[in-house]
Amino acid sequence: MPVDDKARGKAYPAHEYEVGREKISEFAHAVGEDNPVYFDREAARAAGFRDVPAPPMFAVVYCAGAMGPAILDPEVGINFMAMVHGGQEFVWGEPVCSGDTISTTAEVKDISERGGMGFYIFESVSTNSDGREVARGTWTNIVRGV
Amino acid sequence: MNEGDSIPELKVTPDKYLPHRYAGASGDFNPIHVDPELARQVGLPGNILHGLYTMAQVARANTAAAGGDPRSLRRLEVQFRGMGVPEQEITVTGTVKEARDGRVVVDTVAEQGGKRIIRNAEAVLEPPV
Repeated sequence: MPVDDKARGKAYPAHEYEVGREKISEFAHAVGEDNPVYFDREAARAAGFRDVPAPPMFAVVYCAGAMGPAILDPEVGINFMAMVHGGQEFVWGEPVCSGDTISTTAEVKDISERGGMGFYIFESVSTNSDGREVARGTWTNIVRGV
Repeated sequence: MNEGDSIPELKVTPDKYLPHRYAGASGDFNPIHVDPELARQVGLPGNILHGLYTMAQVARANTAAAGGDPRSLRRLEVQFRGMGVPEQEITVTGTVKEARDGRVVVDTVAEQGGKRIIRNAEAVLEPPV
Protein backbone atom coordinates (compact mmCIF):
# COMPACT_ATOMS: atom_id res chain seq x y z
CA MET A 1 0.00 0.00 0.00
CA PRO A 2 1.52 3.33 -0.98
CA VAL A 3 1.99 5.87 1.80
CA ASP A 4 -0.42 8.74 2.03
CA ASP A 5 1.45 11.80 0.80
CA LYS A 6 -1.33 14.41 0.89
CA ALA A 7 0.62 16.47 3.46
CA ARG A 8 3.57 17.01 1.08
CA GLY A 9 4.34 20.72 0.91
CA LYS A 10 2.39 21.55 4.05
CA ALA A 11 3.94 24.42 6.03
CA TYR A 12 3.53 25.22 9.71
CA PRO A 13 3.44 28.55 11.53
CA ALA A 14 6.73 30.03 12.75
CA HIS A 15 7.80 29.20 16.28
CA GLU A 16 9.88 31.67 18.29
CA TYR A 17 12.55 30.59 20.75
CA GLU A 18 14.42 32.97 23.05
CA VAL A 19 17.98 31.76 23.59
CA GLY A 20 19.28 31.88 27.17
CA ARG A 21 22.83 31.60 28.44
CA GLU A 22 22.06 28.92 31.06
CA LYS A 23 20.25 26.76 28.49
CA ILE A 24 23.27 26.97 26.19
CA SER A 25 25.55 25.89 29.05
CA GLU A 26 23.20 23.05 30.01
CA PHE A 27 23.13 21.78 26.42
CA ALA A 28 26.88 22.23 25.94
CA HIS A 29 27.52 20.27 29.14
CA ALA A 30 25.15 17.45 28.11
CA VAL A 31 26.91 16.92 24.76
CA GLY A 32 30.40 17.14 26.28
CA GLU A 33 31.49 20.51 24.91
CA ASP A 34 34.36 22.01 26.93
CA ASN A 35 35.14 25.20 24.99
CA PRO A 36 34.89 28.06 27.55
CA VAL A 37 32.99 30.21 25.01
CA TYR A 38 29.85 28.15 25.81
CA PHE A 39 30.12 28.77 29.57
CA ASP A 40 31.76 32.14 30.08
CA ARG A 41 30.59 35.45 28.64
CA GLU A 42 34.06 37.00 28.85
CA ALA A 43 35.60 34.08 26.96
CA ALA A 44 32.83 34.39 24.37
CA ARG A 45 33.42 38.14 23.90
CA ALA A 46 37.18 37.62 23.72
CA ALA A 47 36.51 35.17 20.87
CA GLY A 48 34.46 37.81 19.03
CA PHE A 49 30.91 36.75 19.92
CA ARG A 50 28.24 39.23 21.09
CA ASP A 51 27.47 36.88 23.99
CA VAL A 52 27.78 33.17 24.81
CA PRO A 53 27.29 31.32 21.48
CA ALA A 54 25.20 28.18 21.07
CA PRO A 55 27.03 25.04 19.95
CA PRO A 56 25.99 24.15 16.38
CA MET A 57 23.80 21.23 17.49
CA PHE A 58 21.81 23.57 19.76
CA ALA A 59 19.74 23.92 16.58
CA VAL A 60 17.71 20.94 17.84
CA VAL A 61 16.64 23.05 20.83
CA TYR A 62 15.38 26.11 18.98
CA CYS A 63 13.86 23.98 16.21
CA ALA A 64 11.93 21.66 18.54
CA GLY A 65 8.90 23.92 18.94
CA ALA A 66 8.48 24.12 15.16
CA MET A 67 9.27 20.47 14.41
CA GLY A 68 6.97 18.95 17.05
CA PRO A 69 3.67 20.03 15.49
CA ALA A 70 4.89 18.99 12.01
CA ILE A 71 6.01 15.49 13.01
CA LEU A 72 2.93 14.98 15.24
CA ASP A 73 0.47 16.29 12.63
CA PRO A 74 -2.24 13.62 12.11
CA GLU A 75 -2.45 14.70 8.47
CA VAL A 76 1.19 13.62 8.03
CA GLY A 77 0.18 10.35 9.67
CA ILE A 78 3.45 9.02 11.09
CA ASN A 79 3.14 5.77 13.07
CA PHE A 80 5.42 6.59 16.00
CA MET A 81 5.81 3.04 17.25
CA ALA A 82 7.50 2.16 13.94
CA MET A 83 9.43 5.41 13.43
CA VAL A 84 13.19 5.85 13.52
CA HIS A 85 15.23 8.99 12.96
CA GLY A 86 16.98 8.02 9.72
CA GLY A 87 19.07 11.05 8.96
CA GLN A 88 19.71 14.68 9.75
CA GLU A 89 21.36 17.59 8.07
CA PHE A 90 22.05 21.11 9.29
CA VAL A 91 23.50 23.98 7.29
CA TRP A 92 24.55 26.78 9.61
CA GLY A 93 24.63 30.50 8.88
CA GLU A 94 24.96 33.36 11.35
CA PRO A 95 26.05 32.25 14.85
CA VAL A 96 23.30 32.05 17.50
CA CYS A 97 24.07 33.75 20.81
CA SER A 98 22.40 34.15 24.18
CA GLY A 99 19.77 36.87 23.94
CA ASP A 100 18.79 36.06 20.35
CA THR A 101 15.20 35.29 19.40
CA ILE A 102 15.15 32.59 16.76
CA SER A 103 12.13 32.07 14.55
CA THR A 104 11.74 28.65 12.92
CA THR A 105 9.32 27.45 10.28
CA ALA A 106 8.82 23.82 9.31
CA GLU A 107 7.57 22.26 6.10
CA VAL A 108 6.87 18.73 4.86
CA LYS A 109 9.39 18.42 2.01
CA ASP A 110 8.57 14.93 0.87
CA ILE A 111 6.68 11.76 1.73
CA SER A 112 7.59 8.64 -0.21
CA GLU A 113 7.78 4.88 0.06
CA ARG A 114 10.67 2.56 -0.72
CA GLY A 115 10.89 -1.12 0.07
CA GLY A 116 7.98 -1.13 2.48
CA MET A 117 9.31 1.86 4.41
CA GLY A 118 7.87 5.34 4.51
CA PHE A 119 10.27 8.28 4.24
CA TYR A 120 9.02 11.51 5.81
CA ILE A 121 11.32 14.44 5.10
CA PHE A 122 10.87 17.79 6.84
CA GLU A 123 12.73 21.04 6.39
CA SER A 124 13.19 23.69 9.04
CA VAL A 125 14.43 27.22 8.41
CA SER A 126 15.57 29.28 11.40
CA THR A 127 16.27 33.01 11.27
CA ASN A 128 17.39 35.55 13.87
CA SER A 129 15.68 38.86 14.61
CA ASP A 130 17.74 40.58 11.86
CA GLY A 131 16.10 38.16 9.42
CA ARG A 132 19.38 36.34 8.77
CA GLU A 133 19.33 32.58 8.41
CA VAL A 134 21.05 30.77 11.29
CA ALA A 135 20.26 27.16 10.41
CA ARG A 136 18.45 25.09 7.83
CA GLY A 137 17.61 21.55 8.88
CA THR A 138 16.57 18.48 6.90
CA TRP A 139 14.97 15.86 9.13
CA THR A 140 14.46 12.36 7.73
CA ASN A 141 12.14 10.04 9.63
CA ILE A 142 11.70 6.46 8.47
CA VAL A 143 8.62 4.41 9.30
CA ARG A 144 8.93 0.64 8.95
CA GLY A 145 6.16 -1.54 7.61
CA VAL A 146 3.93 1.08 5.99
CA MET B 1 44.12 19.76 6.44
CA ASN B 2 44.79 17.97 3.16
CA GLU B 3 42.94 15.36 1.19
CA GLY B 4 43.37 11.93 2.76
CA ASP B 5 44.28 13.30 6.23
CA SER B 6 42.61 11.80 9.28
CA ILE B 7 40.99 14.15 11.77
CA PRO B 8 41.90 13.62 15.46
CA GLU B 9 39.86 10.73 16.85
CA LEU B 10 37.23 11.59 19.47
CA LYS B 11 36.42 9.02 22.16
CA VAL B 12 33.56 9.45 24.62
CA THR B 13 31.76 7.08 26.99
CA PRO B 14 28.27 8.38 27.78
CA ASP B 15 27.47 7.47 31.38
CA LYS B 16 24.30 5.72 32.55
CA TYR B 17 22.38 8.98 33.09
CA LEU B 18 23.57 10.77 29.96
CA PRO B 19 20.33 10.08 28.03
CA HIS B 20 18.42 11.74 30.88
CA ARG B 21 20.66 14.81 30.81
CA TYR B 22 20.42 15.02 27.02
CA ALA B 23 16.63 14.62 27.25
CA GLY B 24 16.48 17.57 29.64
CA ALA B 25 18.86 19.67 27.57
CA SER B 26 17.16 18.94 24.24
CA GLY B 27 13.55 18.49 25.36
CA ASP B 28 13.29 15.02 23.77
CA PHE B 29 11.87 12.75 26.47
CA ASN B 30 10.88 9.86 24.17
CA PRO B 31 10.62 6.94 26.65
CA ILE B 32 12.98 4.73 24.57
CA HIS B 33 15.76 7.10 25.70
CA VAL B 34 14.90 7.42 29.40
CA ASP B 35 12.90 4.35 30.42
CA PRO B 36 14.94 1.09 30.26
CA GLU B 37 11.91 -1.05 31.13
CA LEU B 38 9.70 0.37 28.40
CA ALA B 39 12.60 0.22 25.93
CA ARG B 40 12.96 -3.52 26.61
CA GLN B 41 9.21 -3.99 26.16
CA VAL B 42 9.53 -2.64 22.61
CA GLY B 43 12.43 -4.96 21.83
CA LEU B 44 15.43 -2.73 22.56
CA PRO B 45 18.36 -3.85 24.74
CA GLY B 46 17.56 -1.02 27.19
CA ASN B 47 17.22 2.73 26.91
CA ILE B 48 19.19 3.94 23.90
CA LEU B 49 21.09 7.14 23.11
CA HIS B 50 19.44 9.94 21.19
CA GLY B 51 20.76 9.87 17.62
CA LEU B 52 21.13 13.64 17.82
CA TYR B 53 23.41 13.24 20.87
CA THR B 54 25.69 11.03 18.77
CA MET B 55 25.46 13.56 15.93
CA ALA B 56 26.64 16.19 18.44
CA GLN B 57 29.76 14.03 19.03
CA VAL B 58 30.38 14.01 15.27
CA ALA B 59 29.92 17.81 15.28
CA ARG B 60 32.40 18.11 18.16
CA ALA B 61 35.05 15.98 16.45
CA ASN B 62 34.80 18.06 13.28
CA THR B 63 34.75 21.41 15.08
CA ALA B 64 37.83 20.34 17.07
CA ALA B 65 39.56 19.31 13.82
CA ALA B 66 38.91 22.83 12.49
CA GLY B 67 40.55 24.40 15.56
CA GLY B 68 37.58 24.49 17.94
CA ASP B 69 35.69 27.55 16.67
CA PRO B 70 31.97 26.66 16.37
CA ARG B 71 31.71 29.08 13.40
CA SER B 72 33.89 26.74 11.31
CA LEU B 73 31.26 24.00 11.09
CA ARG B 74 29.11 25.04 8.12
CA ARG B 75 27.22 21.89 7.32
CA LEU B 76 26.81 18.41 8.78
CA GLU B 77 24.77 15.60 7.34
CA VAL B 78 24.50 12.18 8.97
CA GLN B 79 22.67 8.90 8.59
CA PHE B 80 21.68 7.08 11.76
CA ARG B 81 22.15 3.33 11.67
CA GLY B 82 21.65 0.84 14.45
CA MET B 83 21.51 2.40 17.89
CA GLY B 84 23.86 3.79 20.46
CA VAL B 85 23.72 2.73 24.10
CA PRO B 86 24.96 4.35 27.31
CA GLU B 87 28.02 3.03 29.20
CA GLN B 88 29.92 1.98 26.09
CA GLU B 89 32.68 3.93 24.37
CA ILE B 90 31.90 5.80 21.13
CA THR B 91 34.74 6.51 18.70
CA VAL B 92 34.40 9.21 16.05
CA THR B 93 36.85 9.08 13.15
CA GLY B 94 37.05 11.06 9.94
CA THR B 95 38.98 11.45 6.71
CA VAL B 96 39.33 14.59 4.61
CA LYS B 97 37.87 13.82 1.23
CA GLU B 98 38.16 17.29 -0.29
CA ALA B 99 40.23 20.36 0.59
CA ARG B 100 40.10 23.41 -1.63
CA ASP B 101 40.44 27.17 -0.97
CA GLY B 102 40.11 26.68 2.79
CA ARG B 103 36.95 24.62 2.44
CA VAL B 104 37.34 21.10 3.82
CA VAL B 105 34.91 18.20 3.46
CA VAL B 106 35.27 15.40 6.01
CA ASP B 107 33.80 11.90 5.83
CA THR B 108 33.00 10.90 9.38
CA VAL B 109 31.89 7.73 11.17
CA ALA B 110 30.79 7.10 14.78
CA GLU B 111 31.36 3.57 15.99
CA GLN B 112 30.37 1.80 19.18
CA GLY B 113 31.16 -1.82 20.04
CA GLY B 114 32.30 -2.50 16.47
CA LYS B 115 29.06 -1.17 14.95
CA ARG B 116 28.76 2.02 12.95
CA ILE B 117 25.97 3.98 14.63
CA ILE B 118 26.47 6.99 12.37
CA ARG B 119 27.72 6.50 8.86
CA ASN B 120 28.00 8.49 5.63
CA ALA B 121 28.42 11.61 7.73
CA GLU B 122 29.74 14.56 5.79
CA ALA B 123 30.99 17.73 7.43
CA VAL B 124 31.91 20.97 5.69
CA LEU B 125 34.47 23.13 7.50
CA GLU B 126 35.46 26.66 6.55
CA PRO B 127 37.49 29.27 8.40
CA PRO B 128 35.22 31.64 10.38
CA VAL B 129 34.48 34.91 8.56
